[in-house]
Formats: sequence, C-alpha cells, structure tokens
Amino acid sequence: MREILYKDALVEAMREEMERDEKVFVMGEDVAIYGGAYGATKGLYEQFGEDRVRDTAISESAIVGAAIGAAITGMRPIAEIMYIDFITQAMDQLVNQAAKMRYMFGGKTTVPMVLRTEGGAGRCIAAHHSQSLEAWIMHVPGLYLVMPSTPYDAKGLLKASIRDDNPVVFIEHKMLYGMKGEVPEADYIIPLGVADIKKKGSDVTIVAYSRQLHVAMEAATELEKDNISAEVIDPRTLKPLDIDTILTSVKKTSKLVIVSEGYKTGNVASEIAMLVMEHGFDLLDAPVKRVCAVDVPVPMSPVLEDAAIPNKQNVINAVKEICQ
Amino acid sequence: MKESKEELIGYLRKMMEIRLFEEKVMELLARNVIKGASHLYAGEEAVAVGACSAIKPDDYITSTHRGHGHCLAKGGKLPEMMAELCGKATGYCKGRGGSMHIADVTAGNLGATGIVCSNVPVAVGAALSVKMRKTSQVVLCFFGDGASNNGVFHESLNMAAVWKLPVVFVCENNLYGMSVAASRCSAVQDMADKAKAYDIPSMICDGMDVLAVRETIKKAVERARKGDGPTLVECKTYRYFGHSRSDPRAYRTKEEEKEWRNKCPIKQFSKKLVDNKIFTEQEIAQIEKQAEEDVESAEKFAVESPYPNVKELRDDIYAPSPTELVNGGAIR
Repeated sequence: MREILYKDALVEAMREEMERDEKVFVMGEDVAIYGGAYGATKGLYEQFGEDRVRDTAISESAIVGAAIGAAITGMRPIAEIMYIDFITQAMDQLVNQAAKMRYMFGGKTTVPMVLRTEGGAGRCIAAHHSQSLEAWIMHVPGLYLVMPSTPYDAKGLLKASIRDDNPVVFIEHKMLYGMKGEVPEADYIIPLGVADIKKKGSDVTIVAYSRQLHVAMEAATELEKDNISAEVIDPRTLKPLDIDTILTSVKKTSKLVIVSEGYKTGNVASEIAMLVMEHGFDLLDAPVKRVCAVDVPVPMSPVLEDAAIPNKQNVINAVKEICQ
Repeated sequence: MKESKEELIGYLRKMMEIRLFEEKVMELLARNVIKGASHLYAGEEAVAVGACSAIKPDDYITSTHRGHGHCLAKGGKLPEMMAELCGKATGYCKGRGGSMHIADVTAGNLGATGIVCSNVPVAVGAALSVKMRKTSQVVLCFFGDGASNNGVFHESLNMAAVWKLPVVFVCENNLYGMSVAASRCSAVQDMADKAKAYDIPSMICDGMDVLAVRETIKKAVERARKGDGPTLVECKTYRYFGHSRSDPRAYRTKEEEKEWRNKCPIKQFSKKLVDNKIFTEQEIAQIEKQAEEDVESAEKFAVESPYPNVKELRDDIYAPSPTELVNGGAIR
C-alpha cells in the first residue's frame, strides 16, 4: 500500500469530505494561503477558494464561536486552532456553547463541527506551544475527543469526525505531522469510540495514544527481549472511550500501564485507571501504573523538555515494576 | 404611522405580553414556584418587539441572559416559555435550560446564554452560514452594554466587518452591567462608538419607542440583506427590575427609576395610538385583558405540567452518531 505523511492524510480527509459535502468548510489562522502552520490544510485553498478555506484574524474565541453559529444553522465547519495552548482563549465557546447547546436546548439543535488543533511537546517551543490539554476536553460532557497516532488513523478518524453531528475536538501531535504510514486510497472511515490493538501481547496491557503510542510500541519491542509480552492499545478516541477493549485486554494480562503526555495530575490516565477499577478490579493482579508528563510547564531547553515528558525507559520501568 | 392597524396592535400586544409575563415571573419567583435565576426584561420591551418586527420568520436572532422578551418577540409561545422557567418537561428546552438558556431554534431563536457576550460570535457564525448558503436571511444579535466591554465582542465585530456578514448587532444599553454603571466601566458612553474601530456603521435610537427601534433596525436589516455588511444599532433603554431577583438596586436612585418608568414603552405607545385615533382606550384595555388571560393560562399550563422524567437525565448530551459507538456503557 502507498505511504503518505500524517499531515497529508489530514489534508486528504478534508479534501474528500469537502468534495463530498459542500457544507464542509475550513476556517482558522493561516489555513488558506499559508496552508496551515503544520501544513495540514495545504492545497485546500487552491482547490476550494477563499469562501471555503478562510483565513481569520487571530481571534480564537470568535473562530470557535463562529464555527458554532455556522454549525447550528446548517454548515459543517472545521475550525483550526493553531496550538491547543490557544484554546484557553476559546474555552468559553467550546465548553459553554459547543458542548452544551444541544442538551441545554432540549435536544433541539446539533453542533456538527470539528475543532482541529495540535498539541504535545518535542520542538523546544516551551510552555505556550507544547501542552497536552486533552484532560480538560475529556472532562466536559457534550464534546467528543479524538487523538490519532498514525496517518491511517488520522485520515479515517478525521473523516468520521467531519461526518459526526457532535462537536469533536480533534487533537493532532506536532511530532507526528512528518510521520509516514500506510493509507489506502479508497474512501474509509474509522468509527469514533473504537480502540485499536496496535500490538498483541499477554503479560501486560499498555494503553497509549497520540505520539506516546509510538513510545509505548518501542518500549514493548524492548520488553520482548526480557520476555515480557505487552499488548499495546490505542484508544484513538478518548471520548467516546472504548473501555471494553481495554477491559478485555486487562482480563487477559491482569496488568495495566497507561501512558500520556498530559500533566500527571488529573490526567486522562487517571480516568482510564479508575474506569478499570470500577469495572474490572478483580481482573487486576498489580496496581495500575501511570506514565505521564511531569507537573511542570513544558520548558524550552531540550534536556528539560525531554525530562518533562514520558520516554521509552519510563514505560519500560513502569511495566517492570508490576511484572517482576 | 405607516404600519397597518393590525401590525400596530401586534406590537402593543406583544409588549404587553412580555411585561405581564415578566411581572408574573417576578411573582412566581417570590412564591418560589420558579426556582433559580431569572433576569427580567420589563422596561426593554420596545427593543425586542421593534427589532423582531423588522425581520422575517426565517431570519435568526441570538439572545442574551435576559432573553424572555427576545423569545416571545421572535414568535415564542407563553406556555412553553413559562414551563421552561418552571423547569417542566413541556418547556422549550424540556426544562434543562430554564430562564437563562431559553431557545426556540425552529423559530430562528438560536438561544439565550448565561455567559455575557458569549452569543455574539455565534451570531457572526450564523451570518457566515447564511452568506455561504446564499440565502437572504439576516441575523439579529442582541447583547447588552456590558457585553460590549468583553473581548470576544471586538473579535466578532471585526470578523463580521471583514467578511461583510448579514448581521445586525443590537445593543440594549440599559445603563448597567449588573450593578456597574456604563459610565464607570466603559470608556465611551455611546456603545455605538465602538463600531467605528471596525468600520461598521452605527445608529442610536430611543429604545423606549417601539416604532423608532423598528425603523432603525429596518434600515440595518436592509443593508445586511443587500450584502453591505453589519451595522451596530444601540437602543437606549432601561430595565425596571434589578439585575436578578437578589438585586436590591442600591446602585441607582428612585428618581432615576421614576424618570425611566415615565418613559414606559407600553404607556407611550398606547398614548400615541389613542392620540392618533387608531385605537380607543377601551380597545387597548381589551388587548391588555387578553394578554393577562394568556399569561394566566401559561402559568396554569406550566404549574400543571410534569417535571422531566429523571430517566431522561442523560438524553440529548450527544446527537446520534452515524457510526456505531463501542463503549460498554461505562463512559461516553
């Protein structure tokens, strides 16, 4: 199968959905002529024009608010917020409006929009451009949360998100845009709420998503040398979360490690761990382990940045602590 | 007056309904029949009625946390409104929104909001959608003087101006943002001046005069429909009650309140109709009596309506997804 870049998979997803449905359009900072800060909208402006690929002012709140207004009146907007750190400026619109309108109005409206953004560390761009704030999104009823780890997942999940009638926060990882992977040319979607077992194993379950999926996979390869067989699960969507696949795996392995690039306190991993306790406490033979970012604003200096987020060794250590 | 007798009676009746509805709400709040918060619109009726009379049924409005008047003026029905305020299953939002989130999406009312200024970008997005779908609709965006000091107000006006969107920003300047007078928190006293920064034309009108509001909004709507972009209309008005029920109104004087009560939009308009021999006082009394009866029957409907079934607590958080979800019921 052909291989393409994660960012190009995103462009393809949007292109195909825009060709399929004229109500789909893109708006955000530098999405048109520039092609998106990470190239994830490249070529769309040339194909669809400025009406459907709209450069905006640096007005995060208005971008998200306008996407909501367009969504509830018949359009299917994709709003790009350049860095997830900037959604702090649009949180009112996202949390109070997009997430709640349907419920608050008695189910009489839908908000079919996608908020595309990126997050994560790895480029030495410090505390305002490197965060992983997905736990904030996961906390709010009414939002879906999608975080693809591969080009294949990126395309299939983005297409599903665009077709979904709910507000979807779609978080890409800045270190994955340049990653290559197999992506079919045929039209396909990946349903939201379905996890993927990226590697089969029998001794321990590792749940990891976005860039940390790859860290977990490297760790799993290393662990094989020590005869520890890790099953690696990528939830792909954190909300809806496919807890069944995780529980099925834990039933087999009896051990669980969760890897996330978000700050440790109040992390997505805490929620997954708690769900496993609630639904599968008897399945566990050891305490659940979390491997998360240190509770520190992401520092610029490369050595500090590396130390702030999980790495392969952290995952290996966590697994060994409960497997030996 | 160029409007037909039927139209004029419609405006008067709608203003009376809003006033009587709000007075009834005040009474029901005091009796604890209505729980929670209610921000009453009494005094500002001419703005909602004048503005909504200048648009068509398929046009949109976005509302504020003081949204009962907008809802009714945009075609909302008293019983469903009252039921919503009482948290009943028969309310517009099945009792989930209450006073602050009253919405009637099918009538083009895109909803009220509990966050000041939060609906202004939503109105801009609705106008963007209108432009992209190439319909001839317009959006009326109601907001208060207080909202115009919020950051997203400025982001939104800028965006609407750059894209020449068919939106009319309707500022209901009732002089106070909760307790803080506009003179103490806004650098300019005519909120209309804020449009200049975005090269948006603005107009100021007497928000206590329904026909003045209607005329002004009509011009702005016409401009929007022609594709000439947004306008900011500032309506000078006054709320008769406090910000909400717990407000003792210590920040304003009895004299000031009396002065504005003398400008009552309903009394003024009634007098104008009588003076111009369009209506007799008896006819007007008859309309008021009918409005009173309608509000009474809305109250009865609301009080007798059932509360929502608690089994429905988790309904409507999400729209049905086209793809099947796997989640084991543990979390969505």
